[in-house]
Amino acid sequence: MIIGLYNYWVVVVLMMIGFYIVIAHGNLIKKIVGLSIFQTSVFIFYISMAKVDGGTAPILAQGIEQYSNPLPHVLILTAIVVGIATTALGLALAVRIKEAYGSVEEEEIQNKDNQDC
Amino acid sequence: MLLGIYSLLSASFFVAMDAVDVAFTEAAVGAGISTLLMLVAITMTGRSEHPTRHKPLLALAVVIVTGSLLIYGTLDMPYFGSAEAPIHQHVAPRYINDSMQEIGVPNIVTSVLASYRAFDTFGEVVVIFTAGMGVLALLSVVRHSEDNAKIDSINQSMHEQHLILRIVSKMMIPFILLFAFYVQFHGDFGPGGGFQAGVIFAAAILLYAMLFGMSTARRVINQTLIRILAATGVLLYGSVGVVSLLNGKEFFDYSALSADPVAGQHLGILLIELGVGITVASVMVIIFFNFADRRDYSQSKESEDL
Repeated sequence: MIIGLYNYWVVVVLMMIGFYIVIAHGNLIKKIVGLSIFQTSVFIFYISMAKVDGGTAPILAQGIEQYSNPLPHVLILTAIVVGIATTALGLALAVRIKEAYGSVEEEEIQNKDNQDC
Repeated sequence: MLLGIYSLLSASFFVAMDAVDVAFTEAAVGAGISTLLMLVAITMTGRSEHPTRHKPLLALAVVIVTGSLLIYGTLDMPYFGSAEAPIHQHVAPRYINDSMQEIGVPNIVTSVLASYRAFDTFGEVVVIFTAGMGVLALLSVVRHSEDNAKIDSINQSMHEQHLILRIVSKMMIPFILLFAFYVQFHGDFGPGGGFQAGVIFAAAILLYAMLFGMSTARRVINQTLIRILAATGVLLYGSVGVVSLLNGKEFFDYSALSADPVAGQHLGILLIELGVGITVASVMVIIFFNFADRRDYSQSKESEDL
């Protein structure tokens, strides 16, 4: 059954949406939004791989045999918090660029740079 | 705003996928902090985008080709939910079967996070700390007293309003803080831990700052203290590893902390989660305060120019 692979397709679609935003938009803030959508698709990829049919959350309890895989959960849990911290760093850079150039559009920034040369 | 809904949706998706710990983190981060941060950044950089795109058709073509290649690649992947997938064959059975004897903590995610992969998590905490320092370096402003007075008057006029919102939130903030502590120290037994608790704690402080104005919040929360705390969390984490080294075991081998290995693991996990929580909470507060300060600063500069 090829339909059993649908989780990967959702991930690919999300990832491509993020990728498109990153390459097609000149606005730096939108690029960061695109990157964070891209990032979520990777989170979903890991978490959906960890799922086991009939399994439950990986907290040990009596009478439960089947658990989902805890390792991807650990990796993604830390990745989410790291992701927000690095997104904040990216936004901070965008803010400084706005102050220095008066714009966050890629083209305008490049034009200004060329004029200065 | 849409991003906030998006992360709430992905949080509920993670619950459906049995990843309660991850869902917890995503809900705490996405619902509060990331949306707020995005909004502050957008107010600072301008609301509207330039309509020109860089060759949208070419970009679309690249995206479609990459996407179809990736989908072609998935054809060899194991089916969704299959218990025979390679990912479930290697280290996961060890974690599921032996972690109760070795660590003595029911929540496997916590024992993997804080004990089996403690070194990894240490790296993540250092990355968070570094990002916080980066934001501090990029955005911090030196405040002058005359600026302060001006900003205070703006804040005062803004925060006279929304009385109901302020009183209700004032009652809720202690419970949010209490909940953060519960999440922090109950992480061994249920979903939770340092990362989630740190974010929830920071969210409570941000709520306070939003409703009562930055100048009030700055009086309550000492910026220097917060910076020292951010470093203290990382140092606490690292020193636990150093203590186990000094006791003749490997880095982050908590069985060195106590005569009984399982009790040592408990102590180690508790200390490490505390370090993580302190660092995450203070870095989030540092990031937010610096963004807000920068916005006040550029606004007051603009009004001077006019």
